[in-house]
Amino acid sequence: MTFKFWRGGDPFIWLTGSALAFCLLMITGLVGIILYNGIGVFWPSDLRQFVLRNGDIAMGKVIDRQAIPDREGQYRIQLKMGNRDAYGLDFRWIDEADIERVERPTDAVVLERLEWGDAYGFIRQINEGDRVLATGADAGWTELQPLLEKAAERWEVIYAIEHDEMGQLNRQMEELRLEERRLTMAQADAAALAALEEQNRALWVAYEEISDRLNAVRVENERAELVLRLAEGQERSVRVADIVRTYRPNDLSLGGKIAVYADKGWEFIAGQPRESNTEGGIFPALFGTVMMVMLMSLAAVPFGILAALYLREYARQGLFVRLVRIAVNNLAGVPSIVFGMFGLGFFVYGVGGSIDRLFYAESLPTPTYGTGGILWASLTLALLTVPVVIVATEEALAAVPRELREGALGLGSTKFQMIWNVVLPSALPGVLTGVILATARGAGEVAPLMITGVVKLAPDLPLDAYWPFFHLERKFMHLGFHIYDVGFQSPNVEAARPMVYTTALLLLLIVLALNLTAIVVRNKLRRRYATAAF
Amino acid sequence: MSEEKTEVEGIDSVTVGDDAIVEVEKLNMFYGESQALFDVDLSIPEREVTAFIGPSGCGKSTLLRSLNRLNDLVESARIEGSVRVRGEDIYASEYDVIDLRRRVGMVFQKSNPFPKSIYENVAYGLRIAGENRRSVLDESVEKSLRAAALWDEVKDRLKDNAIGLSGGQQQRLCIARTLAVEPEVVLMDEPCSALDPIATVRIEETISELKKDYTIVIVTHNLQQAARISDNTAFFYLGRLVEFSQTQQMFTKPELKQTEDYVTGRFG
Repeated sequence: MTFKFWRGGDPFIWLTGSALAFCLLMITGLVGIILYNGIGVFWPSDLRQFVLRNGDIAMGKVIDRQAIPDREGQYRIQLKMGNRDAYGLDFRWIDEADIERVERPTDAVVLERLEWGDAYGFIRQINEGDRVLATGADAGWTELQPLLEKAAERWEVIYAIEHDEMGQLNRQMEELRLEERRLTMAQADAAALAALEEQNRALWVAYEEISDRLNAVRVENERAELVLRLAEGQERSVRVADIVRTYRPNDLSLGGKIAVYADKGWEFIAGQPRESNTEGGIFPALFGTVMMVMLMSLAAVPFGILAALYLREYARQGLFVRLVRIAVNNLAGVPSIVFGMFGLGFFVYGVGGSIDRLFYAESLPTPTYGTGGILWASLTLALLTVPVVIVATEEALAAVPRELREGALGLGSTKFQMIWNVVLPSALPGVLTGVILATARGAGEVAPLMITGVVKLAPDLPLDAYWPFFHLERKFMHLGFHIYDVGFQSPNVEAARPMVYTTALLLLLIVLALNLTAIVVRNKLRRRYATAAF
Repeated sequence: MSEEKTEVEGIDSVTVGDDAIVEVEKLNMFYGESQALFDVDLSIPEREVTAFIGPSGCGKSTLLRSLNRLNDLVESARIEGSVRVRGEDIYASEYDVIDLRRRVGMVFQKSNPFPKSIYENVAYGLRIAGENRRSVLDESVEKSLRAAALWDEVKDRLKDNAIGLSGGQQQRLCIARTLAVEPEVVLMDEPCSALDPIATVRIEETISELKKDYTIVIVTHNLQQAARISDNTAFFYLGRLVEFSQTQQMFTKPELKQTEDYVTGRFG
């Protein structure tokens, strides 16, 4: 009986089934936790005002509810209180036993600010200079909206001046400076230097003019102020221009909440980071990640496929090829930080340093290519992923049936024609699988990037509208590093935690999107190049 | 086994008909240390069907593949003696293998259409030879498919993937593909072994049609098939050519006892 039981293989089915179930559980658990924590971050939840038995009043968003250790049946809640400038902390624990009553005041506002995070409170008064524009919660709220719109317009003007006009001037000045150095190094005559000096002075005049205009807008922007009464009575003034977004969560309908949610979500994806990355958007990181993955694939995929073709199709299969194959397989298992070290030593200091000495001598000692940048980071990652591509491509080539090869040769193909017309198309789905694996690995890698070009903040994208458009020497931001930075390196880790989850969610989505695209392409090819079967 | 081996004795070079297109002389073939063919002498007459028969591992496929040098792909393969096609030694160092394979085409045991459309499969041989004129390709594709008796079945779906055809159709497509480059000799390595009886009959009919224009060498395990379609039959055993004569004679009154035993099914 027991022998029959074992021989039948039922326990084996259970074993394999449970292994799969365990894997699925872990994966869904991981994705579930990230989804659960990440997806609600931008939801404008209600502000609750707690009146405590000792007369204290505290207002904020409820984050968490926990059983109090050692006290049976009692709970405490975690409140995000905002107003970091006033209280010094973001969170406070309140024992439920101490609460006398909870209120949801409809006129409570949330102010998202450029600095100090959110402020929660009630509008007392709106001032412009010495003039009082409105008093009271509702009148103030109405008065605030047009002021905010005007401030937003002024911010756009400031951005345009700073980014376009001043940026342009800065570039011209930098070019002049480099030209001057070039001339000095070449020991040019004084006349040429004087001409440069003249140009430089003209630029400075223009700079002063722009700077004055900028200051005027800034001063104008600083005039409107909002006086906010905090829950326990303290009053603080907030510059209207510093308010990024404001809403009254307790007064919002579901539609209004969804609108705020969408707005914040969009800012997260498309906006620039604020407050040392803990607020605002992550667009530069998103862009940097995608661009780096593309550059990496561009470098790794052709090289990997070509190398595998030689190894499998042309090389004489002997001891040497076996050794090369073992080496490639082992390379795929080398810790990524080792590749990072190599990238730093070889690409950044070696190749980059040489490029600087040869082509950018005038800007030394400031390095151009001799420092971490998106190109070097991508190449380092390409190095890391090339073995995966090679191994997968080799396997795909080996799986092309011998009959197909002989059929092609039997018709008078040269070896090249056989490989190009028959073998490669048949192997393409398998090759793409390898590319998918390699890309996914590269997209999730952080360690080697940290020493070859990723930085905490790089608002200048490596691709922009200024010649030569691709700035491959620039440092860049990366989602993986962003998670590490926000989660562990920011001054206010607790407050930044939700951002960690949302960023992780986004990184997962990007990897998923990259993989899905590749899988769709592969399946298309597979249908087209399906190999013969009876 | 050893008893049988002593009975094996290659008979002297047999010539059937006068105009031989392929001449094999003292051919010895080795895979590494083991010898696959022993002193094979054989002349294959033009525009006739020649069948190679014999038990598994007797060297008939090896001989077939050495006629268009597909054995070159096997790294350990080594050859002694000579194979001449129209008087030229195909193993001479200056001989163009690519050209040889165009002149001596091959149809394989397992149908192996390329992962391309039916049209592109047939046009492949011409395309790789540098022919890209649409009219030439169109004409050749139709002619070859007609010759392989496949045209009526596929003429409305030439752009479809060849993988969608049935096994028998795929094999006839492979024949058409071989014919498109207009070879002088067509080698067939058990072309029907993976097909059902009805598909087999169609291929056999095709082969009978083809011998008007082509020289065909076919390896087969099926003795009835050899008797039905071939003009000459060569019987191989343990790497040696035992007997080679006209098919009718081979199957009715073979010269050697061993041949008789094989064709009458006493061993095999």
